[in-house]
Amino acid sequence: MSRQDVLVTAEWAEKNLGTDGIVFLEVDEDTTAYDGGHLPGAVRVNWTTELQDPVRRDIVDSARFAALLSAKGVGNDDTVVLYGGNNNWFAAYAYWQFKLYGHADVKLLDGGRKKWELDGRTLTTDATERPTVTYTAKDADLSIRAFRDEVIAAIDTKNLVDVRSPDEFSGKILAPAHLPQEQSQRPGHIPSAINIPWSKAANEDGTFKSDEDLTKLYGDAGLEEGRATIAYCRIGERSSHTWVVLHELLGHADVKNYDGSWTEYGSLIGVPIELGSGR
Amino acid sequence: MCAAPDQAVALPPNTDLNRETVLTGRVLAGGQPVGGAFVRLLDGTGEFTAEVVASASGDFRFFAAPGTWTLRALSRAGNGETVLNAQAPGLHTTEVMVA
Repeated sequence: MSRQDVLVTAEWAEKNLGTDGIVFLEVDEDTTAYDGGHLPGAVRVNWTTELQDPVRRDIVDSARFAALLSAKGVGNDDTVVLYGGNNNWFAAYAYWQFKLYGHADVKLLDGGRKKWELDGRTLTTDATERPTVTYTAKDADLSIRAFRDEVIAAIDTKNLVDVRSPDEFSGKILAPAHLPQEQSQRPGHIPSAINIPWSKAANEDGTFKSDEDLTKLYGDAGLEEGRATIAYCRIGERSSHTWVVLHELLGHADVKNYDGSWTEYGSLIGVPIELGSGR
Repeated sequence: MCAAPDQAVALPPNTDLNRETVLTGRVLAGGQPVGGAFVRLLDGTGEFTAEVVASASGDFRFFAAPGTWTLRALSRAGNGETVLNAQAPGLHTTEVMVA
């Protein structure tokens, strides 16, 4: 993979709105953002109700993912361009799920809603209608998804990258600062994890930093390129952003997203936890 | 800088202001509220901590921790930032001017 395969610019997106075979999907942390205006022709995906299992604590399985895309009118051969608010956190989370279930051509709009809005590009409240199709999803590609036992086994063995803010990493707060601090699980981080906040990979306007800057960022922070890497955050969306950087932009071979992340790990009985700013 | 709770800012029920450090404010340009600005919360070292989109009336809110924070706003009307010292839990209020 390289940057050209993964990202599209706002200019490219604007020129390709309404093009057959290209579908724009908006995925926001704030699931109401779409209602206030979206890219013309874009379809909303609600991460809370459509990308997560309605009963079990899990992402949707392959069958539900296929049913979702069928209903949204997204075909297997379509180029899917994902974008969203909050620096593409949840768009990156959706991107990771599209890769997990084997969608051939999926891209991220670099900068997401923020860049689009700061550029003053068109947003519309017009409804988007797409005829339903029959989408076929592959079995989950578990080479890009980590589970808890694998994470515990990775302590002192693999690169563990905690992409939360320094205060979450050290155990000072339990959730990002724009959310109420209501979680009851233990604070801290997985022992041996290095703290490279997702935000260091992004520019102020939400676009990804250059490959050169990104290579330097992770190298300086102690990420060993020849080693397997597991990225985690609180609920798996910010770590998707970093997963995109490491696996898709920088082309590291073995990078997994631990979507259970701190809400799972920090609630497990008996697992080791480290407090403070790290080793 | 620790103001009385602003009743115009609806905090979630169960917000315990004896325990939580809530930062609220408004983005202004030439004295007028700027809706939809991107407001970034930076910690005392300038490290990014969180980002929200200001409401139509320019209001924003963060749940942080005691400390010195920088609030930086990006908007079509320009960018700007302000420093907020929140040394204890409670509701802390500020304004960010953009130009």
